[in-house]
Amino acid sequence: MISDGVVEDEEKWLSAGIAGLQQNAFHMHRALDSNNLKDALKYSAQMLSELRTSRLSPHKYYELYMRAFDELRKLEIFFKEETSRGCSIVELYELVQHAGNILPRLYLLCTVGSVYIKSKEAPAKDVLKDLVEMCRGIQHPLRGLFLRSYLSQVSRDKLPDIGSEYEGDADTVMDAVEFVLQNFTEMNKLWVRMQHQGPAREKDKRGKERGELRDLVGKNLHVLSQIEGVDLEMYKETVLPRVLEQVVNCKDELAQYYLMDCIIQVFPDEYHLQTLETLLSACPQLQSSVDVETVLSRLMERLSNYAASGSEVLPEFFQVEAFAKLNNSIGKVIEAQENMPIAGVVTLYASLLTFTLQVHPDRLDYIDQILGACVKKLSGREKLNDSKATKQIVALLSAPLEKYKDIDTALNLSNYPRIMECLNDGTHKEMANVIVQNILKNKTCISTAEKVDALFELIKGLIRDLDGDTHDELDADFIEEQNSVARLIQILHSDDPEEMLKVIETVRKHILTGGRKRLPYTVPPLIFSSLKLVRRLEKQEESVSGDEASTTPKKIFQLVTQTIEALTSIPVPELALGLYLQCAEAANDCDLEPVAYEFFTQAYILYEEEITDSKTQVTSIHLIIGTLQRMHVFGVENRDALTHKATGYSAKLLKKPDQCRAVYACSHLFWLDDHDSIRDEERVLLCLKRALRIANAVQQMANATRGSSGSALLFIEILNKYLYFYEKGVSQITVESIQDLIKLIRNEMQGDASPSDPAADAFLASTLRYIQFQKDKGGAVGDKYMLITD
Amino acid sequence: MNILVASLFLVSSSDDANAFFYSQNYIIGAFKPACSITISLADGKSRKQVALKENGKTVLIPIFHNQETISGKISIEPISGKKVEHNGIKVELLGQIETYFDRGNFYDFTFLVRELDIPGEIYERKTFPFEFPTVEMPYETYNGANVRLRYVLKVSISRNYGGSIVEYQDFVVRNCSPPPSINNSIKMEVGIEDCLHIEFEYNKSKYHLKDVIVGKIYFLLVRIKIKNMDLEIRRRESTGSGTNTHVETETLAKFELMDGAPVRGESIPVRLFLSPYELAPTYLNINNKFSVKYYLNLVLVDEEDRRYFKQQEITMYRLSETS
Repeated sequence: MISDGVVEDEEKWLSAGIAGLQQNAFHMHRALDSNNLKDALKYSAQMLSELRTSRLSPHKYYELYMRAFDELRKLEIFFKEETSRGCSIVELYELVQHAGNILPRLYLLCTVGSVYIKSKEAPAKDVLKDLVEMCRGIQHPLRGLFLRSYLSQVSRDKLPDIGSEYEGDADTVMDAVEFVLQNFTEMNKLWVRMQHQGPAREKDKRGKERGELRDLVGKNLHVLSQIEGVDLEMYKETVLPRVLEQVVNCKDELAQYYLMDCIIQVFPDEYHLQTLETLLSACPQLQSSVDVETVLSRLMERLSNYAASGSEVLPEFFQVEAFAKLNNSIGKVIEAQENMPIAGVVTLYASLLTFTLQVHPDRLDYIDQILGACVKKLSGREKLNDSKATKQIVALLSAPLEKYKDIDTALNLSNYPRIMECLNDGTHKEMANVIVQNILKNKTCISTAEKVDALFELIKGLIRDLDGDTHDELDADFIEEQNSVARLIQILHSDDPEEMLKVIETVRKHILTGGRKRLPYTVPPLIFSSLKLVRRLEKQEESVSGDEASTTPKKIFQLVTQTIEALTSIPVPELALGLYLQCAEAANDCDLEPVAYEFFTQAYILYEEEITDSKTQVTSIHLIIGTLQRMHVFGVENRDALTHKATGYSAKLLKKPDQCRAVYACSHLFWLDDHDSIRDEERVLLCLKRALRIANAVQQMANATRGSSGSALLFIEILNKYLYFYEKGVSQITVESIQDLIKLIRNEMQGDASPSDPAADAFLASTLRYIQFQKDKGGAVGDKYMLITD
Repeated sequence: MNILVASLFLVSSSDDANAFFYSQNYIIGAFKPACSITISLADGKSRKQVALKENGKTVLIPIFHNQETISGKISIEPISGKKVEHNGIKVELLGQIETYFDRGNFYDFTFLVRELDIPGEIYERKTFPFEFPTVEMPYETYNGANVRLRYVLKVSISRNYGGSIVEYQDFVVRNCSPPPSINNSIKMEVGIEDCLHIEFEYNKSKYHLKDVIVGKIYFLLVRIKIKNMDLEIRRRESTGSGTNTHVETETLAKFELMDGAPVRGESIPVRLFLSPYELAPTYLNINNKFSVKYYLNLVLVDEEDRRYFKQQEITMYRLSETS
C-alpha cells in the first residue's frame, strides 16, 4: 500500500512537472517567435527549473528530461538564428550564465556551447573543456547524470576528432578523448555515489534505479569507441588505462561489472587482443562481489568469435600470447576471489577452452592444462550438484568433442576422465550421452582396445548403475541411451582382427557390469560385432591360409557363448535364442560342426525350458526352422537329431493353425536346393500331408465349435508349398495331389457353411494366376505346369 | 542543535531580504509657478545619461566625472503677459548627503553658487549662461538604504512675496579608477571540525563592476549532507559613527554554485558575472558620513536547512569604460 502511494505521488509530481514545463515552454515559444532573447532566456530557465526536482525516480525523471530535451532543441535553433542576426555568440555564452539557478544555467550553457562550437569562433576543445568543467556544479547524482548525458548528447557530433570539421591542432584527438573521458569519469562517480546516498533501507531500490541509469554512463564509452582518431596506440596508452583506472577505483560492484562488459562490447576485437594484458590485469582488482567470470567469459567469447572470423587474424593471437595471458589471468582471478562459486570457475574454464579450441586447435597440451586446472579446483570437494555448475561442466567437456569431432582427441587428454570423476551421477550420465552422441554423429572410428577401455571408463554412467541409481523402471530416456550405447558398440572397428578381438573383450568386460537392465541392449550388438569378426577371419583364412593367428573363430565362439550365457540370468530367452541361432549360422559358415551343434543345443534348451509363451514359441520355432534349413555343416546324424526335434516342436504347438504352419515349414528342412545330400522327398511329402491333416482338423474343429467351417487359408498355403516342391522336382508331389488339393480348396470355399473370406479368395486367385503364368511361360517348367488342369 | 561553530563559520537564523522603503521628500508644487525655468547643459545632447527611477518614473540623468566643468544655460520665461519681480537669480551646485536616520537632514559637502541676475523684473524670456569650472566632485552619486548622496543644480529666483521660484536639475557623478596595481586572490581554508572543511579561492580581491568572479570551492572533508551551495553578493552600508552607527546589509545577488551533495575531493567551479547586478564601487568613509562595502558570502545549506557560511570582503571599483 505504501509503495502504491509513492507511485501515485510520483505520477502526480511528474504531471505537475510536465505541466510547469509545458507552460514555460509555451511562453518560451512566444518569445522565440517574437525574437525576444531576454524572455526566451527567462522562460527557458524557468522551464528547466522543473528538472530541479528531487522527487522523481530515474524513470520518471527521464520522461521529464526528454520533454525538456525537445524544447532545448528548439532553443538551440533559436540561438543559432540569433547569432546570424548579429548577436555575438560570446555574448550569448555569457548571457546564459547570468541565470541564478545552476541547473537551468548549465543546460542553457551546454545548449549555447553547442552553437558556439558550430560557429567555430572558438576552438571546440576550449568550449568543451569549459562545459565539462562547469558541469561539476551539479553534484546531485540523478540531475548530474542527466545533465552530463545532455552534454554528451549535444557534443558527440562536435568533438574535435580527426577528419571532423571541428578538428583542431596536433593534439586534437587527445582533446576529444580527454573531454569524453572526463565526462565519463564524472558521470561514473555520480552514478556510484548514488548507491551510498539516502536511507539504507532503500538500498535495493537504489540498486535497481541505478541499473536503469547505467546506459547513460556507458554511452560515453560508446562515444569513445566512435572517435575516429582513437587508434590502437591511443587506446593502449590513454583510453583503456584511464577507463580502467576509473573502473577499478570506483570500487562499486554494479559499475565495475557493467563497465567491464561495456569495454569488452564497444571496442574492436583487435584492440582487446593487443591490450589483453592491461584489460586482464584489471580483473583481479575488481570487487570480490563482481561477477568477473561473466566478464571474462564475454571477453573470451568475443575473442573466440574474432578468431573464428578468419584464419588471417590468428597470427595476432600467437603474437600476443593470448592463451598464456588469459590462462594466467583466470588463475589470478580465481585466486583473488575466494568465494567465487564453483559454477563461476567452471564457466571461466569453459570459456577459455572455447577460446583455445578456436585459436590453438593444435595445442592439445593447452586444453589438457585447462582441464587440469579445472580438476584441481573441483577435486577435494563434494561432487557437483549445483545445476548451473554442472551445465557449465557439460559445456566444458563438450567443447573439445564438438571441435575435434573425434573422441580420440578427448581420450588423449589425461585430465578429461578426471573431470568426469568429479561429476555427480546425473551429470556423468548426461556427459556420457553427449560423448556417445558425438561419436555416433561423427562416425568416429575407435580402433584400439586401450582407447575403447578408456572410452567405456569415460561413459561408465551409461554402462553400469552408479551408486544409488537402482530404480528398475525402463523409461524412454534409458532406452534411448542404451540404444545409443548399442550403436556405439557397433561402430567400434579395427582392421586388425587381433586388436578387434581385444576390443570385443574389453567391451564385454565393461558391458557385463551393466546389470540386467542393460544387457538386453548391449549384448546383441557385441555378439553381432563378434560374428562379423568371425566372418572376416573366415574370409581371410581363405586367402591367407596357414596363418598361425591367435585369433581363431573358435576362441571367439567361446567368448560369445560366455557372453550369451550372461543373458540367461535375465528372462530374455527369445533374445538369447535368436543370438544362439545367429552364432550357429556363423559357426556353420566356419564349418565348425560341433560348435554349431552346441549353439543349436543351447537354443533348443532355451526353447524347451524357458520359452513358455505360445506366441513366442511360434516365432521361435520359425526362427529355428529358418536357421536350421540353411545349415549345411551338420552330418546326417546331427541334422536328423535337430530336424527331428524341430518337427517335434512344431507339432506340439498349442494352436492348430500354428501347428499346421510350423509343420509345412518343416518340410523345407528336408529339401535343400543346393545340397544334394539333403533331399528327402518322402519326408517332405510327409510334412505336407501332416500339415493337410492338421488343416482338416482345424476345419472340423471349427465346424464342431462354431457350426461353420473355417477359412481355407491354410489349405491355400499348403497348396503353395505343394507347388513349390512340385516345381523343384520333388517327384512324390504329383499332379493329381495338386489337383485334388485345388478341388478341395474350391469345395471348402464354395460350401454353404464356409464364410466368405476375401483374403482367401484373393490368395487363391493369385495362386491360380501363378499357375497360369507358369503355363504361359513355356519351357520345362511350363510343360510341367501344363499337366495341372483344373 | 549542537553544531560546532568555528570562528570562521556562523549559523544564521534567518535570511530575509532586507526590504527597504524609500520615500522622497518632495512636495509637488501646488500652485502654478509664475514662470518656467529651463536648465540646459552645454553638452546635454552628447553627454552620457543614466536612467534612474524617481517616484515611479524613469528619468534620464546626465553623468559627470570629478573635476569636470559644468556649464550651460538657464532660460526663464514668464507666463505670457506677466512679469516676474525678483530679488536676484542664482544657480547653485550642491553635493548633498542625506541620512534617513538624521531626520532627512541634508548635509552639503559641496556648495558652489553663481549670481545670474541682480534684483529686477523679467518681462520676457531671458537666458543666462553659467559655468562651474573643474568642480571637485570626489564622491559618487549613491542611493542606498539609509543614505543618499546626490548632486543637483538649483536655480532660485528669490522674491519678496509668493516665495522663491526654484528649479532643480539632478545629475549623477561617477568616478572611474584605474585598475589596482595589487590585486591578490582570496584563498582560504575554512571549516567546522570533523564536519566540513573547504578551501575556496576567488581569483581577485578587487573587482570592477563588469568583472567576472572566477574561483573554485574545494571540498576537503564532507560529513554533512549538503543540499546546495550559493554565492551571495552582499552590500553593507554603514551610516553615522560611534554609537549612532547604522548598518544595513542587503543581498544583491544570490547565485547557485552547486546542486547536491559533494564528496571529499570535489572541486566546484565558480564563475559569476557581475554585470547583471546593480553594483557600485566600494565607498569608504564618505565625508565621515557613511561607508558602503561589498562581501562575497559563500553559503552551504544542508538537508536540514542549516546554513553554513563564510563572508569575504571584496573591493569594488569603477573601471573607466574606455579602457
